[in-house]
Amino acid sequence: MRLSVIDTEKCVGCELCMFACSRRFGEGGLEKSHIWVRSIGGFERGFRVIVCRACNDPPCAKVCPTDALTIREGGGVMLTASKCIGCGNCRDACIIGAVFWDEKNNKPMICIHCGICAEYCPHGVIVLQEKEK
Amino acid sequence: MDMISRVLYIDLTNRRYSIKERPDLFEKYIGGSGAGSALLLEECPQGVDPLSKDNPIIFAVGPLNGVFPIASKTVAMFKSPHTGDLGESHCGGRTSVAIRLAGFGAIVIKGKSDIPVYISIHGGKVFFKDATTLWGLGNNATVGRIIREREEGSGFRTIMRIGKAGENLVTYANVSAESFRHFGRLGLGAVFGSKLLKAIVVYGNESVPVIDSKLYRETYDEIFNAAVHSTVMKKYHDLGTPMNVLPLNEIGALPTRNLQNGKFEGSDKVSGENYLEHYLGRRVACAHCPVSCIHIAALREPYDDEPYFYKTSMISYDYEPIYALGTMLGIDNPEGLLKLLDKVEAFGIDAISTGVVLAWATEAFKKELISEKETLGLKLQFGDQTTYMEAIKHIAERSNDFYLNLGKGAENASKIYGGSEFALTYNKNEIAGYHTGPAYHLGMILGARHSHLDNAGYSIDQKVLTKQALSEEELANMIIEEESWRNVLSSLVICFFAREIYTLDVVKKTLKIMGLDKTEQEILEIGRQIYMNKFKFKLREGFSFDKLNFPERIFETPTPLGNLDRKFMFGVLNIIKETVLENLSNPS
Repeated sequence: MRLSVIDTEKCVGCELCMFACSRRFGEGGLEKSHIWVRSIGGFERGFRVIVCRACNDPPCAKVCPTDALTIREGGGVMLTASKCIGCGNCRDACIIGAVFWDEKNNKPMICIHCGICAEYCPHGVIVLQEKEK
Repeated sequence: MDMISRVLYIDLTNRRYSIKERPDLFEKYIGGSGAGSALLLEECPQGVDPLSKDNPIIFAVGPLNGVFPIASKTVAMFKSPHTGDLGESHCGGRTSVAIRLAGFGAIVIKGKSDIPVYISIHGGKVFFKDATTLWGLGNNATVGRIIREREEGSGFRTIMRIGKAGENLVTYANVSAESFRHFGRLGLGAVFGSKLLKAIVVYGNESVPVIDSKLYRETYDEIFNAAVHSTVMKKYHDLGTPMNVLPLNEIGALPTRNLQNGKFEGSDKVSGENYLEHYLGRRVACAHCPVSCIHIAALREPYDDEPYFYKTSMISYDYEPIYALGTMLGIDNPEGLLKLLDKVEAFGIDAISTGVVLAWATEAFKKELISEKETLGLKLQFGDQTTYMEAIKHIAERSNDFYLNLGKGAENASKIYGGSEFALTYNKNEIAGYHTGPAYHLGMILGARHSHLDNAGYSIDQKVLTKQALSEEELANMIIEEESWRNVLSSLVICFFAREIYTLDVVKKTLKIMGLDKTEQEILEIGRQIYMNKFKFKLREGFSFDKLNFPERIFETPTPLGNLDRKFMFGVLNIIKETVLENLSNPS
């Protein structure tokens, strides 16, 4: 299963997805969000939703020098934090900007496609679904 | 407690800032309106000119912001240049989440810059930036666009700014945030303008610790489910606030043409239903709110001077602006009304006050209290949208003495030109759009900041007084109770639209999760204290219950509950006066 952004035109910019992602860690706020909603250029133009789209052959994993990122079954990658040296190659390799950074620990924040963001999206903008082959 | 107790103090004169821990404020008064009014009493010197450097601007958020859904508001406190006493205004957008997650419970801004500046708050630091080039820009939206591109942090920030009306010190100028939300009423925009402060950008993405993660998630889900799956928020969700237009018209409570009538024959055309069917182009939400009540119309217009050229404007519409710039001015053209809404947005001027001021001016013009000499040739007439477009520009730009006087409110203008009997103001603040009965008018005149949202008297009119009569004491008590409770909600800071979700037991539980363990009785008592603190400030600054008066017009036009009873209204007013004065002389 992986996340899909179905229709950004329906996104109202409430950021409940971002809060839901951060809440996985048992706290409020947005520091730990692995998904990012931002306006296209003012609220009047609508929003973009930036989240890992579980690439086939993910570039982030390919550039990891320590094999800290490995392919996840069903889509996406998994981080073995103990192997990660915080070089930031993965962040640079993701051209949609979906590898977020944990400044305190100097490690990437990698979406695990758990779908909690989709559960809290009031308008069905994001869903968790089977990855198309 | 978490970082909610950190207060950021900014000195514009010397371009310095400092951060102080103030747990005393937030433990005693929660945050928002409570902490903000306490800070105002501390920081605002008695008798200060609201447009002088010593008037502080205070922004306060509460413990629930950034943590629970629909805790989406920031409270601004200042001395109002419009009324001369309490200035309190609430705004959504991303203001509260940004301030809270920047690690602050409140921001206090004092002093005056020598050149136009904007402030950027980022990473615990304050940057003072030259805004000379932004000063005098014709459209507030351009200011937002420029700052958006210059500053980092899209999605995690708020950009609060003023337009030309604020620069020109119109006493009901707004501060706008995120294009469509405002610190409206009471003139915060003019206070910004007086300090040469064009905008404030706040960036915040920190986390907020809670006492019990499991209980936090469970309670969050209860609130989320109530907001999304129950019917309590439905009216804000579907048609948005303009759903009020038709029902209020139906019962004859929709102020029309300066409240000469309670019904508007063109109400269908400016109804939420009509805008939904023909104009709704997008809906957006404040940060952390699943409701997305912000309805934005897409207005497509041709250019007169060049064929095959069109523009599409995105214009936010809500009930109160539809009332003030629509029914009060007799505008039944839905597109014309959208253009008026766009105009006040561009200048950063309060829609309610502007509409009510123009409604007064139109009647004064008809009664020949003013002439084209004053209006600079404009023939003000109900229903004439193009003339009102010009008049709004003159108010924002203070084109002559007459428009300067209009820019200080309808009460001020009526004192100069006459017509106070139809100047629809309470304590100098223009009325909102509910001629539902005595409780609305009493609620607005007795509210601490004279807002229809202080205690929602219109709700008492519709839910209680339609079924049973109340004695003066009973109505007075209801107003006091409701307003006290709303001071709790506005200290958390919850959007009042979610008041049916945030009941006393939910509030108690959420506060406990944030580390503030209070009994229900203590919470209610805090609400009453905050209410009294606001009156303490007002009375200190010259407010007097005895000077309050109802404009004659409200007695002339019947409400759905019949003609208002003057004796009853003054009776209730007197009871609340005595209750407030007694509370203030014997604080518990």
